[in-house]
Amino acid sequence: MTDVGIAVGRVLFVMLFVLNLGGLLTWVERKQSAIMQDRIGANRASILGLRLWGLFHPLADAIKMLTKEEFYPARADRVLFGLAPFVSVFCALVAFASIPFGDTLAVAGREVPLQALTFNVGLLYVFAMLSLGVYGVMMAGWSSANNYALLGGQRAAALMITAEVAIGASIVGVVMVYGSLNMMDIVRAQGAVLGGWLPKWGILTQPLAFVLFLTAGIAATKRIPFDMPEGESEIIGYFVEYSGMKFGLFVMADLLETVVIAGMTVSLFLGGWQVPYLARDGFALPWGAAVALPRGLVTLLQVLAFMAKVAAMIWVLMLIRWTLPRFRYDQAMRLGWLGLFPLSIANIVLTGGALLLWGPR
Amino acid sequence: MKPVQRVYLREVASGLVLTARHFFANMGRHLAHALGRTEARGAVTIQYPEERRPYAPRLRSLHRLVRREDGSPRCVACMMCETVCPAHCIYIVAGEHPNPDIEKVCTEFTIDLGKCVFCGYCVEACPEDAIRMDTGILEFSSYSRGGMIYTKEMLLSLEPAGPDGKPRSPVPIPADRAP
Repeated sequence: MTDVGIAVGRVLFVMLFVLNLGGLLTWVERKQSAIMQDRIGANRASILGLRLWGLFHPLADAIKMLTKEEFYPARADRVLFGLAPFVSVFCALVAFASIPFGDTLAVAGREVPLQALTFNVGLLYVFAMLSLGVYGVMMAGWSSANNYALLGGQRAAALMITAEVAIGASIVGVVMVYGSLNMMDIVRAQGAVLGGWLPKWGILTQPLAFVLFLTAGIAATKRIPFDMPEGESEIIGYFVEYSGMKFGLFVMADLLETVVIAGMTVSLFLGGWQVPYLARDGFALPWGAAVALPRGLVTLLQVLAFMAKVAAMIWVLMLIRWTLPRFRYDQAMRLGWLGLFPLSIANIVLTGGALLLWGPR
Repeated sequence: MKPVQRVYLREVASGLVLTARHFFANMGRHLAHALGRTEARGAVTIQYPEERRPYAPRLRSLHRLVRREDGSPRCVACMMCETVCPAHCIYIVAGEHPNPDIEKVCTEFTIDLGKCVFCGYCVEACPEDAIRMDTGILEFSSYSRGGMIYTKEMLLSLEPAGPDGKPRSPVPIPADRAP
């Protein structure tokens, strides 16, 4: 019974965290872009005169989306057309499951890892779910019976293969350094300190992989600068024929993927839930001082650190999204296959050489 | 393209620094504003229906008919404006004035704003300074063509804009939009 409760608690925490963050991101996106562009941003939605900097706009959006007409094109494949947005959102949502948001927590005499799904190949799982998301997009493109939608779906498939190859190859370096495919083990290994004072975060041990992963990760979210599947000024893309909440779900899926990419980047390169010098029983500062903290407080600090890092990473992703223009289709392909992929292979070779020279035997 | 530009990284980084600088500068001003320093503005936005950008005094806005001391219209129905109007949007019907010094007066003076091109020729042509375009009112939309037709009474009731260009009379609500 307690086992079931703990499992439900873990899953619910992650699901609500990701879902709410995804909904909130529509607000973050509007406000952050507005502030970057010297504007104010949406601020008119109000409940009883209360505006709260436009925080009610996601709510207003949801009500609008739900009450709009759900349009099915006459020649569309009705089953696939209806299923596509759900596949997209589902894959984006479950991808977060094996990203750890804290160390273990002692509940009812058990050591519970703070992670929805404890998995020895957690890294591959996130990766697989992220790739599966493109099936929703391709289904949408094909079932719409619209040439532009089909073109968008094809572009999405091509982009996803390009991005996934680069992501996969750039992750290998991280796996080599930390010696595990389990996300929890990777984050735990990043708690070590290099040379007595430098946290052994992925961004320090694998700087090239960080840049490559971030670039390919943004491509995997299908957002600007890699939004050729959508390309609102050329082809409207795979969701041309969608309206109402189904369209909203596609937008939601992109935002959820942003959360997943942010979570993955944080876990692999920015130390996950690690707070620098914070061990299980308190701070152990590099100059020898130590501050003992109770176990619960340490866990709380770790979870908060993870959330803060994810928020910061999302901020960076939004900054990139609102700064760069869209790559042309061939430019993105060239960048993926002639830039990111060879560089990640080179990174694997370099990492292998470095590990051979200085690594553990 | 130089090779260093072809690598993208430096250019992307410089772009991100630019937008991030805007973000933090504006965010700082927004915070200062929230903390009471009201002169700090983090955005160039003018929140339109509540706030207005000051209009130039030469702006040609909604027409109004000027009154005499006794409140009757200055218009003497000379038909100059109706003649000069390139859009043929002014309709005047002349009538007798009780004062024998005044030859004629307009009994009807109608402007079809759906046709008006806001050239201001009517104001230029008028020998009596009876029509002006200085109300500062720009919002006179309507759901029907009939709602765009402004009669003599509506035009006479309008006031000139204040010195800052803000309209002093309420925006006339056409009949088809009556609440």
